[in-house]
Amino acid sequence: MKKLLIALVTLVPSLAFAAGGSHVHLESANIDLNDKESLQRGVGLFQHNCSGCHSTQYQRYSRVAEDLDISIDDMRSKYMFDENAKPGDLMQNAIPEVDAARWFGATPPDLTLVARVRGEDWVYTYLKGFYKDENRPFGVNNTVFPAVGMPHVLEYLQGLPVKQVVKQEDGTEVTTLVATGGKLSAEEYDQVVRDITGFLVYSGDPVKLERESLGWWVMGFLFIFFVIAYLLKKEYWKDVH
Amino acid sequence: MSNAPVDTGRRRFLTAATAVVGGVGAVAVAVPFIKSWNPSAKAKAAGAPVEVNISKVEPGQLIRVEWRGKPVWVVRRTEEILKNLATLDDQLRDPASAEEQQPAYAQNAVRSINPEYFIAVGLCTHLGCSPTYLPDTFGEQVEGVPSGFFCPCHGSKFDMAGRVFQGVPAPLNLVVPPHQYIDDGNVIIGVDQGAV
Amino acid sequence: MVKNIVDWIDARIPMTATYNRHIGHYATPTNFNFWYFFGSLAMLVLVNQLLTGIWLTMNYVPTAEGAFASIEYIMRDVEYGWLLRYMHSTGASAFFVVIYLHMFRGLIYGSYQKPRELLWLFGMLIFLVLMAEAFMGYLLPWGQMSYWGAQVIISLFGAIPVIGDDLTLWIRGDFVVSGATLNRFFALHVIALPLVLVVLVFLHLIALHEVGSNNPDGIEIKKNKDENGWPKDGIPFHPYYTVKDILGTAGFLIVFCYVLFFMPEGGGYFLEGPNFEAANPMKTPEHIAPVWYFTPFYAILRAIPDKLLGVVGMGLAIAVLFVLPWLDRCKVKSVRYRSLIHKLNIGQFAVSFVVLGYLGAVPATPELTIAARIFTLTYFGFFLLLWIYSKNEKTKPVPERLTH
Repeated sequence: MKKLLIALVTLVPSLAFAAGGSHVHLESANIDLNDKESLQRGVGLFQHNCSGCHSTQYQRYSRVAEDLDISIDDMRSKYMFDENAKPGDLMQNAIPEVDAARWFGATPPDLTLVARVRGEDWVYTYLKGFYKDENRPFGVNNTVFPAVGMPHVLEYLQGLPVKQVVKQEDGTEVTTLVATGGKLSAEEYDQVVRDITGFLVYSGDPVKLERESLGWWVMGFLFIFFVIAYLLKKEYWKDVH
Repeated sequence: MSNAPVDTGRRRFLTAATAVVGGVGAVAVAVPFIKSWNPSAKAKAAGAPVEVNISKVEPGQLIRVEWRGKPVWVVRRTEEILKNLATLDDQLRDPASAEEQQPAYAQNAVRSINPEYFIAVGLCTHLGCSPTYLPDTFGEQVEGVPSGFFCPCHGSKFDMAGRVFQGVPAPLNLVVPPHQYIDDGNVIIGVDQGAV
Repeated sequence: MVKNIVDWIDARIPMTATYNRHIGHYATPTNFNFWYFFGSLAMLVLVNQLLTGIWLTMNYVPTAEGAFASIEYIMRDVEYGWLLRYMHSTGASAFFVVIYLHMFRGLIYGSYQKPRELLWLFGMLIFLVLMAEAFMGYLLPWGQMSYWGAQVIISLFGAIPVIGDDLTLWIRGDFVVSGATLNRFFALHVIALPLVLVVLVFLHLIALHEVGSNNPDGIEIKKNKDENGWPKDGIPFHPYYTVKDILGTAGFLIVFCYVLFFMPEGGGYFLEGPNFEAANPMKTPEHIAPVWYFTPFYAILRAIPDKLLGVVGMGLAIAVLFVLPWLDRCKVKSVRYRSLIHKLNIGQFAVSFVVLGYLGAVPATPELTIAARIFTLTYFGFFLLLWIYSKNEKTKPVPERLTH
């Protein structure tokens, strides 16, 4: 019986790997939701570079401001571009859907929950994954999103990466992206991407930090309750045993 | 079943302790259920202060703005109307606005910060209908008073400062909402004067 | 004073008598082990689902246009809405964890055998209704998985000859899963099925208390009574099992709340990533699988290379559990006193079920499909073998009294 079990346990994961197929390696984003400064930069970067086309329409400016320690006045003056928008409004985007669909072939998706749909590492790698490809309408493609339908918006920061095959010491060949002509160094650009990703991770699940801190109180309470319940049970069951 | 002696003291203590801690837990679990009935962020956003430009309101005209889903009136009163207000005291229930139906800064003879503009929540204090503004024909309701508000539901009558007349079902004067002037032409409804 | 009130009520309805019959003087075997927590825990989770469910309907919008946004509204704009929603979504998975363990308990200790056949049948009906309830509830968030999951499951009915296509059309109320489908699923999920569920749970309990609880030894404690007619191996449910169930509840809540507060997505199994994307009838997610608690049956469906037979096979996998009391012809209940072959058979059944669950959750490949076929056979093999060997099974002698 045990042998059979062990055989099964070893068999199953190997089958799973066989099923895996080709997956692009995702870089680790290492998002820290306690890093409010990063998130503040992130909301700024997102609003300036992304929000023209992508809404984050399930969240409100005022909530983002409150959660990320941004004053309402700063929010209004720095990150709210719609003159008619009020701080309590949802963060809708500026371009009408019909125009967007005509320009890009598809409506740019809402990004409030993108980090929950795809994972933070995917978002991070995606933003770093644009490269030059003349065959695409906007002249760029993406390593994790083949045939991507949008231009490389952050090109002015990163430069335009080109795919290059680099020979490593052990002789294997690795394809990497080499960017030139941007305003930022590679490290600075990584930080920019991390800031944006952090903001999107926050947007996906804004209550995460509050949830976890409440969670510890609940766990503490339950532990006490468990101990008392255990003593009570033991006391009564003296009758039986 | 064993017949060992029972430590009733310990048993009672542990039962009580479990009941108390369990009760605390039950109350804590009730908190999210109760709090979820509070106005949501959406409701609060919809209830946010509203800015109104009043510079275009003509003498004698009433404009309505929505604040927290309620109609708020801004009426521009003429000299004539203001003069008339002073003559009505003995026909009103609460001529001096003693009841707290207005912020302290609007507790005066004309119930407003700037006498020219009367700002009030346009809901009758009887059962919440919205009274009709009768700029010219209010005399039919109260003799000698040319303009005022008349509630179509149960016939309550209010003067041009929202003060209720005697002998009608409404018990109180119309509510003056918190508001402040940014400048001569702009008012924010929903924020007290002096508050940021 | 209190006595007067109680007397007044007792003269009108049998309050005290009912309490004594079901709690105060309900004779319970002394040797319940870990496996016996899951009945009371199922009740706890049911209450959680009912309460949080009622509260969620207060802000949920059952329309194709508004459903997805209303969930995010609950998660973000309603005070503690996120907690109520996670309690409900985590509770759904917890319900199946608890129910599967509860069913497995019945399986290993023979709790389905005479005289508890009807008890088992009510339990199976609860399981069936619970699956319908969960399936319809899963459509409500109107995410990609909600939508395409419903699309696939409803299409199963299309496998039925002659009426299949018309039937799927009728279930959906539209040519695809649409707002009409959402609306009727909402009505069934929040009103009809919970009512049925509560009635069935009531019947399940009545049936249990009529025949009395089984136990890990599979011995009827009622056969050995003292001079007062009280079973010698019985203890009153209250206080002994109330305090024990409180302890079980505390232990369960520690696990439940850990998931709830620290990993509400349950590693992508309780809340699936693609379901955070609003339903899009034009685009299927790359990999779609039902929620984890359906995957064992889904794996059986996929393993059979014929649409109709696949559906039949899946239905049979559930239906065969209903007739378990009559498939097992052995007179000994508990696995403790049954033959080695029975022990092995139960072991392989548990393994088959878990592996099928895994296989149903991952994308199918030729190798995995073969694996799924093998385990489909072993799943059904359990029942066939049981029917064969249980007729003349070599069992160990069953003791007269409970052994602890």
